[in-house]
Amino acid sequence: MTAMQPDLKKKKRFERLTDAQLLTIISGGIFLLMYGAALLLIEAFRKPQVFFDITNYYSYLIIIACSLTVVMIGGGINISVGGVICLTCMVCSIFLNNCGIENQTLLVLATFVIAIGIGAIFGAFQGALISYLEIQPFIITLGGMFLARGLTTILSGGENVPVSETNPFTLWINNAAIKIPALGTTRVRKGQVYVNPATLHWVTIIAVVVVIGIYLVMRFTKFGRNTYAIGGNTQSSQMLGINVKLTRFNTYLLSGVLSGLAGFVFMMFNGAGGKTGIGLRSEMDAIAASIIGGTLLSGGVGNVIGSFFGAIILGTLQKIIWFSGLQEAYWQDMANGVMLGIFIVMQSVVLSVRGKGKMHLPEWLKYSKKNR
Amino acid sequence: MPKEDNQVVLTMRGICKQFPGTRALNHVDFTLRKGEIHALMGENGAGKSTLIKVLTGVYEKDAGSIRIEGVTGEAKIHSPQDAQNIGISTVYQEITLCPNLTVAENMFIGRTRSAFVNWQARNKRTTEILESLNIPARAKQELSRCSLAVQQMVAIARAVDMQCKVLILDEPTSSLDEKEVEMLFGLMRDLRDKGVAIVFVTHFLEQVYAVSDRITVLRNGELVGEWPVAELPQVQLVATMMGKSLNDLESLELVGQKSVGSEEVVYEAENLSSTESKPFDFSIRRGEVNGFTGLLGSGRSESVRAIFGADQVTGGRVRVKGKNVQIATPHDAMKNGIGYLAEDRKRDGIIADLSVRENIILALQVLKGFFHPMKREEMEAFADEYIKALQIKTASQDTPIGSLSGGNQQKVILARWLLTHPDYLILDEPTRGIDVGTKLEIQRLVLKLAEEGMSVTFISSEIEEMLRTCSRLIVMRDRNIVGELTGDQLTQSQVMQTIAGGKQ
Ligand SMILES: Nc1ncnc2c1ncn2[C@@H]1O[C@H](COP(=O)(O)OP(=O)(O)OP(=O)(O)O)[C@@H](O)[C@H]1O
Ligand SMILES: [Mg+2]
Repeated sequence: MTAMQPDLKKKKRFERLTDAQLLTIISGGIFLLMYGAALLLIEAFRKPQVFFDITNYYSYLIIIACSLTVVMIGGGINISVGGVICLTCMVCSIFLNNCGIENQTLLVLATFVIAIGIGAIFGAFQGALISYLEIQPFIITLGGMFLARGLTTILSGGENVPVSETNPFTLWINNAAIKIPALGTTRVRKGQVYVNPATLHWVTIIAVVVVIGIYLVMRFTKFGRNTYAIGGNTQSSQMLGINVKLTRFNTYLLSGVLSGLAGFVFMMFNGAGGKTGIGLRSEMDAIAASIIGGTLLSGGVGNVIGSFFGAIILGTLQKIIWFSGLQEAYWQDMANGVMLGIFIVMQSVVLSVRGKGKMHLPEWLKYSKKNR
Repeated sequence: MPKEDNQVVLTMRGICKQFPGTRALNHVDFTLRKGEIHALMGENGAGKSTLIKVLTGVYEKDAGSIRIEGVTGEAKIHSPQDAQNIGISTVYQEITLCPNLTVAENMFIGRTRSAFVNWQARNKRTTEILESLNIPARAKQELSRCSLAVQQMVAIARAVDMQCKVLILDEPTSSLDEKEVEMLFGLMRDLRDKGVAIVFVTHFLEQVYAVSDRITVLRNGELVGEWPVAELPQVQLVATMMGKSLNDLESLELVGQKSVGSEEVVYEAENLSSTESKPFDFSIRRGEVNGFTGLLGSGRSESVRAIFGADQVTGGRVRVKGKNVQIATPHDAMKNGIGYLAEDRKRDGIIADLSVRENIILALQVLKGFFHPMKREEMEAFADEYIKALQIKTASQDTPIGSLSGGNQQKVILARWLLTHPDYLILDEPTRGIDVGTKLEIQRLVLKLAEEGMSVTFISSEIEEMLRTCSRLIVMRDRNIVGELTGDQLTQSQVMQTIAGGKQ
C-alpha cells in the first residue's frame, strides 16, 4: 500500500454542527425562552410545581413523541399510537377489574406486561405489513388506529370502565409520586408553617428515562444507526449491506412497545379506567412535538432529546394559555397550529441560511424529494 | 505484475436479466481469476452495471448460475449483505452512501456484527484510513458536506478496507482527478498482488490499459468476448464495443473544426463573485467554445455556477449581449438565454421518478412558465427527436429516468438543455460516464452548435477532450484564474504547466 504518511495535523478542529444538532438546540432554546417569558409575565408560573405539572401531565406525550421520532427517523410514520394507548387503558382496566390478583406487586407487573404486550403486538403486525409487504405506513397505521379504537369500543360496549378506589393498582399509583418539600410552597398561618410540597410523579421519571434510553439506543447501537441510514437513503442503505426490512420492522416494534408503555403511564397518572376518548388525536400532538424538536418527516434526521423539548413546549404553551384565561379547547388547538407553523418556517430559514445562502424549503415540504 | 496463478474465483454462467421493455442481460458468461484486474467494457446501457448488481444481489437474476470459490454449489446471494458476507465488496456506479451520516459512519455501517457502536474506535480508524489515502475529509464530517470526488473516494476506501476476495469498481474514476486516479490504481495493484480479484468498469480507455490484465466486452446485454489486454489493442477494443469494423472507426475520430466565434460578445462578467468563488472577469463571444480547466477544487465549477446564478452571487457586473442584466438565480440566467448542465447529475440534474420525456422537457417548461403547459404531442415530438439525436437507450419515453443506465441519464440531461436552444450553454462534465462513441458524438455536437452560433463553455477533467473542442482555455488554480491559453498554446504540456504554476 502506498504508505504515504502525511504529517499528522493535530488540529483539533471544532466540527461544524450538523443541521440536526442545530435544530435540537433551537428547540431547547425556544423552550427556555418561552418558559423564561412565562416566568416574567405570569405570576402563577413562578412555582416549580408548574413545571412538574407539565411534565407529569404530558409524560405520555413525551413517550409517544419518542415513539414517533424513532419511526420518523426511519422514514416512516405511525398514527396508531393514540389508539393503542386507548386500547391499552381499556384492556388493562378490564383486567384489573376481573383478574382478582391481590398481591400488589404481581398485579402491577401483570398489568405492565399486558400494556407492553398490546403495544408490541400492534407494533409487530404493523411493522411486518409495512416492511415485508411494503405497504404505505400511513395506510397501515391508519388502519391500526381504527382497529385499536374499534376494539376498545367492542370490549367496553361503548361504556366507561372505571376501576375501583380500592383496587391494589389504584392504591399503588396513589403513592407513585415523590414529594419534594424544598421546591414546594410554604404558608404560615396562625404561627404554624404549612408546607405544600412539590409533586414529581413517577411518570415524569419514566418519561425522562425513556428519552435518555432511546437517545442512547439511537446513538450507540447498530439498530439506531441503521435506522438513520435507512431514513437518509433507503436504496443506499440496502447497498451498504444493511438489512433494511428488519431495521424498519424493528422501528415499528419499538414504536409499538413505547405506545403500550405510554398507555401504562397514562393510567399511572390519570388513574386506571378505560374510556373510549383516551389519547384522541395524541398522535398528532406527538408528530407536532417531533417536528418542533427537529425531526424531519422525510427521515434520517432527528433525535429524541429534541422531541422531549417539543413535547414540553406544547405543554408549556397549554399552561400559558390556561393561565391567560383562554380555557376553550380551540384556543389551545390554534396555539399549537401557530406554533408548528412558526417552527417549520424557522427551521427552513435556519437551514437555508446555513445552506448555499438561498432560501429553500425543507426537503420534505417539496413536491419531489429524495432519491439521492 | 499479474500473477500467473490461474485460479478461478468467480464464474457466472448464462446470466439473464429482463427489465420491463429491456433485455439487460442475455446469457452472459463472466469469469474472474485470483489476482487479476478485469476490465468490464461496453457502451452505455450494455449491461455492465446490471451484471454487477446481479452478482451482488441487488437484482435477482432470471436465469443462470453463479459460483464462488470456497462455496460449494450455487452461491446464494440475495442481497448486498450476502455478497459482503462472502467476500465481495462493491463500489457502485451511483454513489451509494448515506448523505445524512458522517464519513466515519459511512465507512463502517452495514459491516459490523456487533450490536453496539464504538464511535471513538470508528472515528480513529477512519481518520487513519483518510490520512493514508490522502482523502481531504474529516471522520466526523457529514457526508452531504463533502464534494462528489471525496464521496467517491470514501466509497472506495470503504470497499477496500473490507477484507474481500472480489472487489468490484463500477466507474470509480468518473469524478476523480488524475492524481486520485493514480492513487486508486496504486491501491488496485497492491490488492491484486495480494490475490484479490478486481472487476473494473470505466469509459476511459487509457485507464483500462494502465491497470487491467484482462478485458470482457458486453454489447446490448450480450457477451462479445474475453481477451487478455495484450491481445486487444485500443482500436480493436473500441470496434468490439461498438460492433463496428475498423474501417468504420476511421471516420469517427474526425471531430470537426474548432470555432473561435464572431466578434459579438454574448456574455461578459466583471468582478463576478459568489459565496463559493473569488471575483473574476470573463467573457465569451458568439459561436465560441471555451473551457475552464484546473484540478478538482480549483474553482472551475464554482465559477460557472456563479455565471448561472446557481450559487449566491455576491457581486460583479454582468452584460448579456451588451445589455446590463442581473443574474441572481438560475431562472434569471435561463431567461437571458443561458443554459447550464450541472456537474452532479444526481443532485442537480435528474428527477428519478419522472419519465425520460418529462426530464427532457423540464427546462423548456420552466422557461415557458408552468401556466403555459405544452401539448402532449409537442412534448412527445421533442423527446423523440432528442432520444434519437443522442441515441438515448431507453425502453420508451415513459420510462422513469432512474432506471436508465448511468451514461444514458447523462444524455437525457444534456438533451434537456439543448432543447431550450440557449445562446450560451455551459456544460460541466457533460461526458462523465459516457462511452467513447457517444463522447465523440457530443464533442461533434458541441462544435456543430458553435458553428450555428451558440456559445459554449465546456468543462471536462479530460484535458484531451477540451483541447479537441475549445478554442480558448481558462486555467484556474486555488479559485483564481491563472492563465488563458489560445491557438498554439493549446497543447497538453502547456496546459499542465499552467495548471502546475509554471514549474515543471
Ligand atoms: N432498474 C431498472 N429498470 C429498468 N431498466 C433498467 C434498470 N436498470 C437498468 N436498466 C436497463 O438495462 C440496460 C443496461 O443498463 P446498465 O445500467 O447495466 O448499463 P451499463 O452498461 O452500466 O451502462 P453505463 O455505461 O451507462 O453505466 C439499460 O438499457 C437500462 O435502461
Ligand atoms: Mg453502469
